[in-house]
Amino acid sequence: MSELQQRQIQLEVLRYNPETDTAPRYQTYSVPCLEEWVVLDALNYIKDHLDPTLSYRWSCHMAVCGSCGMMVNGEPKLACKAFIHEYQEGQIKVEPMANFPIERDLVTSVEDFITKLASVKPYLIPKEDKPVSAGEFKQTPAELKKFKQYTLCINCMLCYAACPQYALVPEFLGPAAISMAHRYNQDSRDGGRDQRQEVIASDEGVWECSFVGACSEVCPKHVDPAGALQQVKVASTIDWYKEHLMPWVKK
Amino acid sequence: MNSKPYVREVSKTTWFLSHPRYKRYMAREVTCIFIFAYTFLLIWGLGALANGQEAFGAFVQALGSPLGVLFNVVVLIATVYHSMSWFDVTPQAMPIQMGEEFVAGNIIVNAHYGAWAVVSLIILFWGM
Amino acid sequence: MAKSNKPIFWGLFAAGGTVTAFVTPALVLVTLFAAMRFNMDMFTYESIHAFAGWWLGKLIIFGVILVSLWHAAHRLRVTVHDFGVRADKQVAIVVYSLAGLGTLLTLIYLLRI
Repeated sequence: MSELQQRQIQLEVLRYNPETDTAPRYQTYSVPCLEEWVVLDALNYIKDHLDPTLSYRWSCHMAVCGSCGMMVNGEPKLACKAFIHEYQEGQIKVEPMANFPIERDLVTSVEDFITKLASVKPYLIPKEDKPVSAGEFKQTPAELKKFKQYTLCINCMLCYAACPQYALVPEFLGPAAISMAHRYNQDSRDGGRDQRQEVIASDEGVWECSFVGACSEVCPKHVDPAGALQQVKVASTIDWYKEHLMPWVKK
Repeated sequence: MNSKPYVREVSKTTWFLSHPRYKRYMAREVTCIFIFAYTFLLIWGLGALANGQEAFGAFVQALGSPLGVLFNVVVLIATVYHSMSWFDVTPQAMPIQMGEEFVAGNIIVNAHYGAWAVVSLIILFWGM
Repeated sequence: MAKSNKPIFWGLFAAGGTVTAFVTPALVLVTLFAAMRFNMDMFTYESIHAFAGWWLGKLIIFGVILVSLWHAAHRLRVTVHDFGVRADKQVAIVVYSLAGLGTLLTLIYLLRI
């Protein structure tokens, strides 16, 4: 069995202590990394051996919990999915996720996202009230496939970190929130689309999106929020024409 | 709760220079300037057409000036870039479900390129 | 949050984007060839005038120019915003007025042919 390769990596981490700093500053750590490590492993090494004051979020270490989103060499990534061997130069810059306020070190404030996510009513609103005695909801595989992809979102917010419209227009609802609305709108069991449209079809809703597509490029779960948003635009446009040209048609 | 979160400013004029994907996006977006200008060129030509053979001849002459040739070349590059970037994202915006599965993206894209070729040939050889 | 009126412009943008993607490159080749004096027999004044005189030809010309104008106008509105200009309402008035002017001119010219 061959010896595990080790490489000395310089991690340049953006630090910020709200109690003592007026602005963030970089601190460089020299970390002996095993070849199969991810950036998260390097951060854990720093915390365990070099600097216990470094703050960051993480949990599952397997790209399902969505906690460890950060900027690695300027790219939104999950720290647990950013492999050290991808960074051959030996120097890695680690910063908190872009477009979010920094709480401390690599920890960002998620309040804005949570508020926006809640505002789209991300839960099943059944078409009619159905008592349990009436039996279960039935759904064909085809009906499931219509929205399955959008259920994979782990709320990691990398899409918000990548989205320039969110960076420039902080009121923008954003990719994940609108994709989550789309997930429920596409679900055959759901009848809540009209309720969600109040928020989705506003100027700060889907219409702030200009299909940059960065969100889908960085999404670690291949949800394709950009696609969801364009589909929402198409549906909202058809709605608009129906409302204005055929107001007698009940939705 | 942190009473002093730090907000990083993003330049609203130079933000797109920070990453190749944003530069590509802006390149795609500015094609609209050339398509807008070209459409007004077509309207100009239409006006010349309405004013008779002499006026139309003058329009074609103007087209043939060095500026006219350059303009057409630049617009050609812009409009081809627009077409390719538009076709590439169509599967995302309009997914087609057949039965249970969705039609593969590259099939949709290739169909668009095929149709593009057919339409272009029809336009180019319309006179024949 | 009130529902946006963006759909009307976006619908035209999307239709125009599709139409321009398919036809504009070939059209530019036609004008480029005319500019470079290639193959003048195919696109003569008579043949183009005849096409524009035909009712279907008029419809096609109007349709293509209409969606091209409103596609470019809407995209330009968004692009100007992307370049940092924040006066969206004013920009919208300018770009859509330009598109409107183009639309009007096209109508006038087509009716004269």
